[in-house]
Amino acid sequence: MRFQIYRYNPDVDAKPRMQFYDIALEPTDRMLLDALVRIKMEDDTFSFRRSCREGVCGSDAMNINGKNGLACITKLADLQDPVVIRPLPGLPVIRDLIVDMSQFFKQYHSIKPYVVNDTPPPERERLQSPEDREELNGLYECILCACCSTSCPSFWWNPDKFVGPAGLLQAYRFIADTRDQTVNERLDNLEDPYRLFRCHSIMNCVDVCPKNLNPTKAIGKIKDLLVKRTV
Amino acid sequence: MAIARRQFDAVVVGAGGSGLRAALQLAESNLKVAVLSKVFPTRSHTVAAQGGVSASLGNEEPDNWHWHMYDTVKGSDYLGDQDAIEFMCRKACDAVVELEHYGMPFDRLDNGKIYQRPFGGHTSNYGERAIKRACAAADRTGHAMLHTLYQRNVRAKTQFFVEWMALDLIRNQAGDVLGVVALEMETGEIMILHAKATLLATGGAGRIYSASTNAFINTGDGLGMAARAGIPLEDMEFWQFHPTGVAGAGVLITEGVRGEGGFLLNKDGERFMERYAPTVKDLASRDVVARAMATEIKEGRGAGKDGEYILLKLDHLGGDVIDKRLPGIREIAKKFANVDPATDPIPVVPTCHYQMGGVPTNVHGQAIAPDGKGGERIIKGLYAAGECACVSVHGANRLGTNSLLDLLVFGKSAGEQVVRDIAADANAMPDLPKDAGDYTLARLARLDSAASGERVSEVGAEMRRTMQLHCGVFRFPDSMAEGVRKMLEVAERNKRTFITDKSKVFNTARVEALELDNLIEVALSTMISANARQESRGAHDRSDFPARDDVNWMKHTLWFKDGNRLEYKPVQLKPMTVESFEPKARVY
Repeated sequence: MRFQIYRYNPDVDAKPRMQFYDIALEPTDRMLLDALVRIKMEDDTFSFRRSCREGVCGSDAMNINGKNGLACITKLADLQDPVVIRPLPGLPVIRDLIVDMSQFFKQYHSIKPYVVNDTPPPERERLQSPEDREELNGLYECILCACCSTSCPSFWWNPDKFVGPAGLLQAYRFIADTRDQTVNERLDNLEDPYRLFRCHSIMNCVDVCPKNLNPTKAIGKIKDLLVKRTV
Repeated sequence: MAIARRQFDAVVVGAGGSGLRAALQLAESNLKVAVLSKVFPTRSHTVAAQGGVSASLGNEEPDNWHWHMYDTVKGSDYLGDQDAIEFMCRKACDAVVELEHYGMPFDRLDNGKIYQRPFGGHTSNYGERAIKRACAAADRTGHAMLHTLYQRNVRAKTQFFVEWMALDLIRNQAGDVLGVVALEMETGEIMILHAKATLLATGGAGRIYSASTNAFINTGDGLGMAARAGIPLEDMEFWQFHPTGVAGAGVLITEGVRGEGGFLLNKDGERFMERYAPTVKDLASRDVVARAMATEIKEGRGAGKDGEYILLKLDHLGGDVIDKRLPGIREIAKKFANVDPATDPIPVVPTCHYQMGGVPTNVHGQAIAPDGKGGERIIKGLYAAGECACVSVHGANRLGTNSLLDLLVFGKSAGEQVVRDIAADANAMPDLPKDAGDYTLARLARLDSAASGERVSEVGAEMRRTMQLHCGVFRFPDSMAEGVRKMLEVAERNKRTFITDKSKVFNTARVEALELDNLIEVALSTMISANARQESRGAHDRSDFPARDDVNWMKHTLWFKDGNRLEYKPVQLKPMTVESFEPKARVY
């Protein structure tokens, strides 16, 4: 199988280039990550992030044949040959497929991603009904891979000002948690022409999410709450 | 070359569950703390834990920590230290409740309390029947826990050094640990992090085997660092083979599947666990189930073209229960086994999953070593928690859901001990030895100057093949002896590895070579400790000594890198406050 891979090492390369690899795959090589590991065995200068190899740690997000995804759960059989691999778009490249994710995490941190409840903690767990807990499904499962935010044109243009789909999905995860007492502060923190309202519902985020989550829907719910608050 | 230096009160190496729990304790105590991690914290392998965290909350049926303690002692095949097991089981409810207060999205019962499910080896009333003790967030409990702990650390403003790899411990003449030498992966720079306390929380090293549920990053870095610094590793012969890894892929399928009512079948469609564990059947301890599966396969009753796997059936649970309680499993089965478990069974095989051994510690996370006079001493400045530590609460076999509990309880207690030690010795910042960092620089210089030699990937593959072949579920004397010979050879080959990439920026070839150094120490200690233990206990099963031998072998192994020397120390049979559980035959 043929792979065309974005290569850039600031130590040795003046500018980025695309490199071809022709790799003889073994029958056990089922996912794109298996092929990348095989390429690295032949060329140890090729660099990328990976860890869990089962789609739950979020390390190996990359742009695969033009679409963001996780290498470890992308089946080779589903890919058009040659496979074109690039780093996630819109973030500075450190080396090869490794991007600088500082801006992405800064936006995640900006939504205060933790439950705030200043009432004295009870002896046992705080109670939550199964229905209230159900509200968190489709939100808490995010793995922070950045496939969504780096497929979003609004995030490309304003990564410093627009929270982006991943951050907004998590913003709603804490708004929706009945144990959190700071819904108003959370909404204040988002009521801004850039932070929330740069989302124009083009839904690239939904299209690429490897966990089948729906940031656009969560963003819509935040917008609804803001409207309700004003009337 | 002078190495850059920075000073901290404490350095935590690793940002999985135990590292984050410890870091939280330290950050909330206003200490100056650096938390180093090879990966962004939420990418740590705790994220892959699925089924639950144990605590005798009794939300669905009566339960108490005495029963949990009994199950853990029995699960450990009586190699676990009963004082440490009491310590952990007594603190379980508080640890889980605290996590809930931090915002952990546990599943809920109709009355609003935390949802609990049955799990292997957890029973009611000292072994009577399976009990619901595993507190779960669907089948993503580890993910929910790791993210919650990270989020709480964001709130506490913990200082993270992301994509930094610790390479070696720094020790002085007295043997005190004074920090670590570390590599900043993005720049390739080396730095000394000089600290009053160094806490290892580097997780396991399941990557010594070819078939493993473990992530690529699970390379035993803390164990390698400890071994090279002359610190012994305890009970390294005990590795858990999880009964249900996806055949061929190794990806974990939680025991929670069997907790929810799934069961194992051989090729004849027989529910064979009824023969091996008549009372709790598929919910026996993992070592028991894994051995039963391996026996079925060995005796020709495996399913598949070559009879190479066992079938995990759960379609009878119905699509709704699967989607509600086991959604991640459905996803994994579809992706990695090409089956929808709502209609077809999942092909599974026992797969290396968890390291029961590690850096010897007490219940306060303080690293301990023999004092040379028949007793033990605390290694000043060094702490360990989680899978890289051996307290020992898991003994010869860990119960499912006790790993997440372990890292909460001992992450916190290690953090508390660091706080106490630093407060007691407030002004002490011992001087670094003059040659601090030289050893690490020499290791790096060898790698950077080598123009030819062994390929890292090939030496690593040979190590994994050797361990898989010679130190698996069933162990044989001749095969283990050959395994020792081969591993000694592989360790020699590892001294001659080379990488073509000599650049500085994010050099993952260099990182993989340094990781292999750590894996080799773990594999060697495992092979040598296993070959020496002449009994079968928990996960260590050898053909020539098929029974447990409490007279000669109820003791912990200590392996020292220097000369591959072995020592032994007694098992603590006396709990903190309750009566001992006397060893007896283990029947499920």
